[in-house]
Amino acid sequence: MAQTNILSPLPGTYYRRPAPDQPAYKDVGDRVAVGEVVGLIEVMKSFIEVKSELGGKIVAFLIENEDPVMAGQPIIAIES
Amino acid sequence: MKIRTLFIANRGEIAVRIVRAAQELGLRTVQAYSTADKDSLAVRLADEAIDIGPAQAAKSYLNIPAIIAAATRSGADAIHPGYGFLAENADFADAVEEAGLIFVGPTARAIRLMGDKVAARSAAVAAGVPVVPGSDGRVDDSATARDVVARLGFPVMIKAAAGGGGRGIRVVADMEAFERQMPQARAEALAAFGDGGLFIEKLVERARHIEVQILGDGDDVIHCFERDCSLQRRRQKVWEEAPAVALPAQVREALCASAVALARAVRYRGAGTLEYLYDDATQAFYFIEMNTRIQVEHPVTEMITGLDLVRLMIQIAGGERLSLRQDEIRVRGHSIEVRINAEDPANNFLPFPGKIETLMTPGGHGVRFDTMLFAGYQVSPFYDSLLGKLIVWDETRGRALARLTRALRELEIGGCKTTKSLHLALADDPEVRAATYDTRWLERRLEQNAFRLT
Repeated sequence: MAQTNILSPLPGTYYRRPAPDQPAYKDVGDRVAVGEVVGLIEVMKSFIEVKSELGGKIVAFLIENEDPVMAGQPIIAIES
Repeated sequence: MKIRTLFIANRGEIAVRIVRAAQELGLRTVQAYSTADKDSLAVRLADEAIDIGPAQAAKSYLNIPAIIAAATRSGADAIHPGYGFLAENADFADAVEEAGLIFVGPTARAIRLMGDKVAARSAAVAAGVPVVPGSDGRVDDSATARDVVARLGFPVMIKAAAGGGGRGIRVVADMEAFERQMPQARAEALAAFGDGGLFIEKLVERARHIEVQILGDGDDVIHCFERDCSLQRRRQKVWEEAPAVALPAQVREALCASAVALARAVRYRGAGTLEYLYDDATQAFYFIEMNTRIQVEHPVTEMITGLDLVRLMIQIAGGERLSLRQDEIRVRGHSIEVRINAEDPANNFLPFPGKIETLMTPGGHGVRFDTMLFAGYQVSPFYDSLLGKLIVWDETRGRALARLTRALRELEIGGCKTTKSLHLALADDPEVRAATYDTRWLERRLEQNAFRLT
């Protein structure tokens, strides 16, 4: 089982949910497919979807909801 | 004047603008900053600076207790909120006054009244100001909603009573869409603004966005003529002009008089803007909302009138009466402002928070560049994408356009994608040159990809 990370494409603030009153896109243990949305990055008041470039199973979220992120920072660990 | 030390509770180019105006009045300036803005231009220019919290706005520029505590600690007598953040937050204005400080802006009561779109509309009607045909106040049940749209006819807009700045608005074209969107709009308004109140307005198609700048001292009110801000993308203004060349003289007079009437009715204090839709075909104007703060595009008004609006609002907050009479406010020439944003026009305006490697700013007669940039500045991802405002003035609109193109060519921001290429294309567009645009013109143009932006 190889472990890899989904990286943030942009700097900004990371959100795990599409809106505050909605469930998280993904939780630990969920499977993700390539191109699937795994979060939002708020950058300069715009919300950009983070799409996974990897397929596999989520083993950990490496940052919390609403944490600041840098471009290229690992946000989700995936087992493929 | 009652103010000796001014605390600036904002960031970016407007913080720089306020620091400069305050220093020219002989005031001591204290600049609030988040950790992301520690090395900002406003911090460098201000006499003092105070850390108010982490980068994310909710923890710093929107953190009322942190701002009040920092302002009090700094020995300030007044707080300038700028635009955005807490500028139109009535609770903040209350908190400032409760702390024994002066809020540079209107009373909390005026902010509350104009911040509630339904109450503002009622105030406008009472002052004899035309409004867009729509519901009489909030619409709480679906039977009333259906009656309203039957009377107005489609398309209509569903608006959040607590919305503003282009947020919380849905356009619906038929009854089926209307029935589907009303519950969604209510849920969205509740989540976004903490108030699920909605109202309905007729969509005025092919309208211009024209707004009137006013100044009040709580008693007297004058206007400083109007701006045309019709060039918008996603309801955000990208290019603004003064005066609005589309207006016949008698319409301009009636429009500006209506703005003064409404501002007088609420005994407005400070700088404010009344926004209208204007229909070229019928020459009708409709009040849509009032912004109870200084606006991003205030410089075009300054360029055509010679006034310093930020200085005036500080003086009014300091207890001075309006010393200007209406007949002393005269329009001379034409001014255009373009917003230079950190966005990539070739990639659907994706935000681009890069590092400013090099910077060449335009100059010469009639050219003003309001910015917080300097070479080496890292653009923060945590705030809006406005890097600066290029403002030009000239004797005529045609000359102003030529000057704009010249100044845009001089502007070079190395290391960051910006909207400069959009503005160069706009300045050269026949319809922009003829000023025949409406509020949706730019989006239609962008969809056709007519500019081949790079």
